Amino acid sequence: MLEIKNLHVTVGGKEILKGLNLTINDGEVHAIMGPNGAGKSTLSYAICGKDGYEITEGSVTYKGKDFLDMNPDERAGEGLFLGFQYPVEIPGVSNMNFLRTALNSQRCYRGDKDMAAVDFLKLIRAKAKELDMDPEMLKRPVNVGFSGGEKKRNEMVQMAVLDPNLAVLDETDSGLDIDALKIVAEGINRLRASDKAILMITHYQRLLDYVVPDYVHILADGRIVKTGDKSLALALEEKGYVGLGITEAA
Amino acid sequence: MVATKEAQKTVEDVTGEYKYGFVTDIETEKAPKGLSEDVIRFISAKKDEPEWLLDWRLKAYAKWLTMEEPTWAMVEYPEIDFQDIYYYSAPKSADDGPKSLDEVDPELLRTYEKLGISLQEQEVLAGVAVDIVFDSVSVATTFRKKLKEAGIIFCSISEAAHDYPDLMKKYLGSVVPVADNFYSCLNSAVFTDGTFVYIPKGVRCPMELSTYFRINEANTGQFERTIIIADEGSYVSYLEGCTAPQRDENQLHAAVVELVTHDDAEIKYSTVQNWYPGDKEGKGGIYNFVTKRGACRGKNSKISWTQVETGSAVTWKYPSCLLIGDGSVGEFYSVAITNNYQQADTGTKMMHIGKNTSSTIISKGISAGKSQATYRGLVKVMAGAENARNFTQCDSLLIGDQCGAHTVPYIEIKNPTAQVEHEATTSKISDEQLFYCLQRGLEVEDSVALIVNGFCKDVMQHLPMEFAVEAQKLLGISLEGSVG
Repeated sequence: MLEIKNLHVTVGGKEILKGLNLTINDGEVHAIMGPNGAGKSTLSYAICGKDGYEITEGSVTYKGKDFLDMNPDERAGEGLFLGFQYPVEIPGVSNMNFLRTALNSQRCYRGDKDMAAVDFLKLIRAKAKELDMDPEMLKRPVNVGFSGGEKKRNEMVQMAVLDPNLAVLDETDSGLDIDALKIVAEGINRLRASDKAILMITHYQRLLDYVVPDYVHILADGRIVKTGDKSLALALEEKGYVGLGITEAA
Repeated sequence: MVATKEAQKTVEDVTGEYKYGFVTDIETEKAPKGLSEDVIRFISAKKDEPEWLLDWRLKAYAKWLTMEEPTWAMVEYPEIDFQDIYYYSAPKSADDGPKSLDEVDPELLRTYEKLGISLQEQEVLAGVAVDIVFDSVSVATTFRKKLKEAGIIFCSISEAAHDYPDLMKKYLGSVVPVADNFYSCLNSAVFTDGTFVYIPKGVRCPMELSTYFRINEANTGQFERTIIIADEGSYVSYLEGCTAPQRDENQLHAAVVELVTHDDAEIKYSTVQNWYPGDKEGKGGIYNFVTKRGACRGKNSKISWTQVETGSAVTWKYPSCLLIGDGSVGEFYSVAITNNYQQADTGTKMMHIGKNTSSTIISKGISAGKSQATYRGLVKVMAGAENARNFTQCDSLLIGDQCGAHTVPYIEIKNPTAQVEHEATTSKISDEQLFYCLQRGLEVEDSVALIVNGFCKDVMQHLPMEFAVEAQKLLGISLEGSVG
């Protein structure tokens, strides 16, 4: 699904990722953990093609296509979704309108017709219900006045409607109470399928209790320094980065 | 009739002899460049106007000569040579303008296509000489018949001067006096056409009135005059302009609009202005210096202005309300977009004169490129205006870092019972918002359009439906190329 080779990324003149390698196959769930400033968010932005994240070396290949050659909206059209750490507010644009525009833009990219309004309404209502979101929230402007938990839940509703092939979730679990965490985890689990893949970036092991990853990677100083299974996350929780021989600055 | 004889003589005076230097050509008929009493007589004669109207024009001209061009607005443009302008030009003949759409700027056609405008309409808008009588003319005739049955007068100002002289005499210049300002005074001297609407007592106009139905008369020149009167208990919604950019060689537009509502009457006036804004380097474009004012004369009457201003190189425009009748209501909803080198200085004046009057102002300014947008507003509560209420909200959105947004609110209160609220914000389309939209699959231009439409929602929802959809598309089109 996704192959990242020797990725070097510079932000504002400073090199953040320094030769990162990562391969994610269909059906897999990967978790990336790491100390603050290790480059976790940079990785997610670089995969999505955000402006200001300059790729100086390396490659990102998605289903055999060169991702680095595509605009962010094209990558989304190819089936990439980013769950934002801090979802953005868009005043005056209803959640429903936003999501419908997004979905139809992606369909247009893939050469499909717009989804009929009635079908869209059914779809979004069903997904909101699955994720326990008040349907009234769909009419409210995107993320405006939402609590931290509501914003993250909203990201999950968007993900469910857009139904991506590859979801990159940037600290989707942070700021959630335990009930919200369970709902978000369920949203992620619903996406799990043999033809899809998920990359979770998280600070805490607790999300991994609900979404069990196939691989856990530790990112430090711009590289993946350790890879294991779920037990690595547990060991990390117990011993800390230093205990595993990983210093903040690596 | 003396007046007719006079008029005939005037026609002879101004058209018959070469010494006045008039170009009298059957195909195109123009007054010579520049402004003089003779030119005004020529215009009046061309319109076959009654004597009193000619006098009115001449008085305005005499006054105009003593006035100075205002310089207080936050706009800059080269000095206008008022003697280098044609003040009268007969409708274009088939020899002027492009022969077919092939000769029209492809950029313009691309915009029409995006707005979903039919080929026939495109031809008219682009100024292509169309021989065939197309559908909307017959549509217009049907509508006019229906309006006539309801007792509604909906005609050109020239027709009104002939057919309804009493109404014209009563209302012309009654809201915007001749000497109100430099441009309104100029308009009073040389206005060439415009629209006259009268809604009789108790009549609710059965359709949205629009100049669009008079599209066959679209080339009415740059000095339009519009008068709308809503008699007791009546209602009318009037749409001005067109969402498609109009091909236009006129550099200066100085229109005057006067609205009057009597007891319990309401006028809703919506404008989408999309004149040529000049090119990306700031060359060319229309100077749009417009005076629009409504007088709520009757008690509990209401005037509501909604405007979407996306065109013109320079806009100078303050649709205002005189809240004279007790309990009258004034509203101003505005979206002004400037891109590239456009400049807009726009806002409103709410004059609270009667008791229990209230006004609402919602202004959304969007600046992109190297443009400058200014909101300039006055809320004035007179001594006798007990319990006046005003709410003002001015929001500015900046795109890029080379544009400017300015807010200049004036508040003058002479009655202690007044309640006036003013809120203002300035924000930018952030990289974060843009990336969020892109990541969800929206293209850059769609993302900007979506964010801007969200920003303008409070205003757009006041537009009549058929206008709102096109206006939404227009916001996106106006901002094309402003990001990325």
